[in-house]
Amino acid sequence: MKIGVYVCHCGGNISEIVDVEKVAKYVDNQDDVVFAKHYSHMCSEDGQQMIINDVKEHNLDRVLVSACSPLFHGETFKNVAKQAGLNPYLIEMVNIREQCAWVHYDDLEKATEKATNLTEMGIDRIRNNNPLEEIKMDIGKSVLVIGAGIAGIQAALDLGDAGYQVHLVEKDASIGGKMAQLSRTFPTNDCAACILSPKMADVTTNKNITLHTYSEITKVDGNLGNFKVSLTHHPAFVDSESCVSCGLCAEACPVSVDDEFEWKISKRKAIYIPMDFAVPNRYLIDVENCLNQKARRKSGKTNVCRLCEKVCPQNCIDFENKPEYLELDIDAIIVTTGHDVFDAGRKPEYGYGKYENVLIAPEMERIIVKKSEGAEVRDIGKKIAFIQCVGSRDEQIGNEYCSRVCCMYATKLSQLIMHSAQVAGADKDIYVFYTDMRTFGKGYEEYYKSTQKMGVKFIRGRPSEIFKNPGSEKVNLRVEDTLNRQIIESEFDTVVLSVGLELSAGSKKIADILKIPKSTDGFLQEAHPKFRPVDTQKDGIFIAGTAQGPKDIPDSVAQASATAARVMRLLNQGSITMDPRKAFVHPELCDGCGECVSSCPYDTISMNADNIAVVDQNRCKGCGMCLSSCHSDALDLNMFTNFQLFSEVKAALKDKRESDKRIIVFADSICTYKLSDSVGNAKNKYSVDTRIIRVPSSSRVTPKLILQSFALGADAVFLGDCEKKSTPFLGSIDAVEKNIKLVKKNLEIVGISPDRVEFFQFVTVMLTKFPMLLNKMETIAKNKGTIPHEKRIKISNSLQEWLFPKNKEI
Amino acid sequence: MLKTIRLEDENTQFLKKVESISGEIITVCDQCGVCSGSCPFTDDMDITPANMMRKVQLGQSDVLETETIWICASCLRCMARCPRGLDLSKVAEALRQINLRTAINHIKVEDISPEEAKRLPAIAYVGAFRKLTG
Amino acid sequence: MKNNNTQLMKIPYFPGCTLKDQAKNFERSALDSAKILGIEFVEIPKWICCGTVESLTSDDDMHHIAPMRNFIRVEEMNSQKIVDNEYRMLTLCSMCFNTLKRSNQFINNNDQETLKKLNDFMYLEEDYQGKVEVIHFFELLREIGFEKVAQKVNVPLKSLKIAPYYGCMLLRPPDIGIDDAENPSIIEEFISSIGADPVDFNSKHRCCGSYHTISKVQIVINSAKKIITDARNHGADAIITSCPLCAFNLDSRQKEIKEQDDSFKQMPIFYFSQLLALAFGLDKDSLGLEDNYINPEPLLKEKGLL
Repeated sequence: MKIGVYVCHCGGNISEIVDVEKVAKYVDNQDDVVFAKHYSHMCSEDGQQMIINDVKEHNLDRVLVSACSPLFHGETFKNVAKQAGLNPYLIEMVNIREQCAWVHYDDLEKATEKATNLTEMGIDRIRNNNPLEEIKMDIGKSVLVIGAGIAGIQAALDLGDAGYQVHLVEKDASIGGKMAQLSRTFPTNDCAACILSPKMADVTTNKNITLHTYSEITKVDGNLGNFKVSLTHHPAFVDSESCVSCGLCAEACPVSVDDEFEWKISKRKAIYIPMDFAVPNRYLIDVENCLNQKARRKSGKTNVCRLCEKVCPQNCIDFENKPEYLELDIDAIIVTTGHDVFDAGRKPEYGYGKYENVLIAPEMERIIVKKSEGAEVRDIGKKIAFIQCVGSRDEQIGNEYCSRVCCMYATKLSQLIMHSAQVAGADKDIYVFYTDMRTFGKGYEEYYKSTQKMGVKFIRGRPSEIFKNPGSEKVNLRVEDTLNRQIIESEFDTVVLSVGLELSAGSKKIADILKIPKSTDGFLQEAHPKFRPVDTQKDGIFIAGTAQGPKDIPDSVAQASATAARVMRLLNQGSITMDPRKAFVHPELCDGCGECVSSCPYDTISMNADNIAVVDQNRCKGCGMCLSSCHSDALDLNMFTNFQLFSEVKAALKDKRESDKRIIVFADSICTYKLSDSVGNAKNKYSVDTRIIRVPSSSRVTPKLILQSFALGADAVFLGDCEKKSTPFLGSIDAVEKNIKLVKKNLEIVGISPDRVEFFQFVTVMLTKFPMLLNKMETIAKNKGTIPHEKRIKISNSLQEWLFPKNKEI
Repeated sequence: MLKTIRLEDENTQFLKKVESISGEIITVCDQCGVCSGSCPFTDDMDITPANMMRKVQLGQSDVLETETIWICASCLRCMARCPRGLDLSKVAEALRQINLRTAINHIKVEDISPEEAKRLPAIAYVGAFRKLTG
Repeated sequence: MKNNNTQLMKIPYFPGCTLKDQAKNFERSALDSAKILGIEFVEIPKWICCGTVESLTSDDDMHHIAPMRNFIRVEEMNSQKIVDNEYRMLTLCSMCFNTLKRSNQFINNNDQETLKKLNDFMYLEEDYQGKVEVIHFFELLREIGFEKVAQKVNVPLKSLKIAPYYGCMLLRPPDIGIDDAENPSIIEEFISSIGADPVDFNSKHRCCGSYHTISKVQIVINSAKKIITDARNHGADAIITSCPLCAFNLDSRQKEIKEQDDSFKQMPIFYFSQLLALAFGLDKDSLGLEDNYINPEPLLKEKGLL
């Protein structure tokens, strides 16, 4: 093995603190090191060229650059390796700038010692590096959009227009979603159906969109680029090709049931069209209520009723219609499965379902639409109250979030009621009871003001209860006007509950099928709240609309277009490159115990025919969490192998003197390592006894590795990772906490203070917290003294038994 | 006459004291007023329950002189409905305790007429003296 | 539980102060009715007052000592084989139920430190193990099954319209309540099981004014008037309760209501157990109707139940 080592001055940044010459001279004598050079700027054109020439001239097979952070110049030197004809995974960087020179500037001697040791650690690590290949996979342009509300329609149209093949799946008989049920839309008061229906029509004419209505996803396997989707088309019993929506069937149908599209304020037949502007525009039979279908289920009789069939001029009714099952090959998925409204029955104090005068906002919406169509609807009376935040901002029912749209929809409904009353020359007295009015969108505050201008009264207070006095037609509402500090108790003809939004039942089902996480508010979770707001933790799956959280139409549409753009960005490349940082198995070490199978939250590990564990390389995220489950070290992680990390720890402790303390710090790449770089940049100094070792996730650090660190002489071990809510690795923080607990327990057995191991979840702005915690570890190490040799031997001898007690039986 | 409120350190100290005795984080009160609407005794109070919370939030110790804190009988209607999960009965209790711990009792045995004393059930005595005396 | 009449199910019973005095009729009717259902209430030896009201401050552990002493008694009853592996402590009074259950929850849910501190304080007693579960008689009835209760009814209370008055202590705080805090149904089910008609009324969980009956009587008078009038407006003939303080405030304070408002129509207030005893066909001694302030006999006679 031939290793070339380069120590960088960084134009004085390093060399003014660290004696780089001394470092180079020291490591020059190490095994396998052909030479160790020091140079002013390794990242410069000259520095890079020097490496390329040396590799060729000296046949170097490993290169170590002791300079700045690999997060800063890692890619630069990877390219250098490629130019030199060296596998890019055989070049490594050691960080003696951010983690040494910049944070130990007041102790030049110690800083030089540390830089030397860090470089030694690098040498011992790189000795175990293997050449690795980046993984490339071809992908197509087929996209599944689940849910055809306004968000799904928008995403499908964007993708279809861009030439992507879209399968748009909708569980209902028509597309359009919740927006189709709205009367008008704020803040412009334009008719929802009028602006939505052209888009719905576009879906059917776009040649790149295949529409699957009345269909459900039953199963999704695979990953980005090769999803296998199972789909069921429910039977409509009416042929959509030949149905001309003449409506004769519905006229003939003797069954009348509540119309769910109309929020049950009116009736429909058992053969019906979901709405006037339904897409596809065809009738269907409701199997639950159709007399023929009921008889079939009950007694097998097939000759009951069939009146619709008799009158249909197109002969398109087929009572024998069966479900169809489809399999689709999909490259990426967009979830736009939306929300349900809060079930107002869960706030019994408001009497919804008990008193007829208490409505929910969507019912009021339909009453307004039906009335404008001239239909006979219930009289809402003169004096009307709106109650805001029903099912939102309420810990009593478990929804702490603001539903974001209710302030505006109550305002809109008030305006529409006021408006139609003015037209009819009637009088309305409307009160909106709110906790906070949130009219933050473009044009919303102006809309709110125009509503106030119409005479709608806004009262700040959350009503406590609604009740009816015996004999009264009206309902009573009790509330504190918190601006007036007085109780109001007053009768109303109608009270409208502004119900909040919750994740729809359909969305919950899809989330389970796709195995995508939900956030604490119950909605689907985005990968990052700021920078990846429409991605999910699973590659190739995106979310938009109210499934991600309550939002209005403009936001849903914007998000939908964002998912389309994200999908295009991903699929347009034709192929995807993946880091070779994947878990793998040393088959010769695997004894087939199978413990690892359940350890992976992404289900990537299985046992093959020979009972040897195998890792699905396409799906592995490379966190390394699974490694802790293996008692025989058969599971391993590329780029961060057991050997590499063990060698690094060993090297970190080999120059330790009797008087020295040493703290091994395992830092995850995403938060803690990045933070340590920022701490270096800010020159916030901390204990020179620390040795930071980079890992992909602290869940990669097995309890065994921590205990080994103590056995090798570490005085303390510190693990840092992202906060649970921001780590991209499912379950990793829980896994670390479990590991730490286990380690602490075992340290106690030997009489070592468990305080010597700590774990902290960082956010990358904790520039003072990081040094503070490391200094605390140093204090602990100093106060507790050196761990006696016999205790270290005890750890070394017992760790296998502690960590895998069952092993004794095998 | 309106009195100007000064937000001094002692106001925050008062808030902290009430939070400590009650065990409730009073600053999360949203002032939605659902407590006041739920309270069966607002007609007998001088300030609404939500107003009591507001005064504590701002450290207005004149809340100790209100009738409201003595009228709250811990029926918990407000607590069962508070959207922020607060228990106002604990806040009222803390405010009563701050008064009672100065060794001033809110009721006296000698104020109860002999015939009433005979008529009243034991449960009323124990309850009232627990709540209204130090 | 054993469904055998020859062998009664024995359960530790906490009476509380008022059931030994003004509310003797409550206790007697409940104990006698329970026997019909095969249950024997075994009074906890050396029980002491629960404290009536739950301590609500965070810095006051002292008030949990009285409830805890009673819990220790129940554990002793088990170790002394007075009851057989029965750690449920049965209460009749809503106030005792609430105070004891909340205290038990506080002691058990809190860190071990609190339990230890309280145990240390009572050095003469055995340590409390935390095994006791506080229940109310309504919960036991629900467990037995209201249809079973109905089977034992001899005199169905037909045409009697009863307002179920829950008050506060059976329902709140919601995590200790015996039913949904806003929309309870357990007392309605009870009323139906004895053949009477439950009346839905707005004030079913409105506070009666509680201990203000000592020093702020007018609050109680106003509150009681509101509750009774509301029940009457919804068509009720009578109100039932399971709290001696509610009973006093709703029943006895009708005297003052009447004094202040002559148009006020009085209404009998029952302990629920009195109606249970009546439905089971128990005799006058068990009912104790003579202790009710508003004489319920005219109503019961009118309905043909006496």
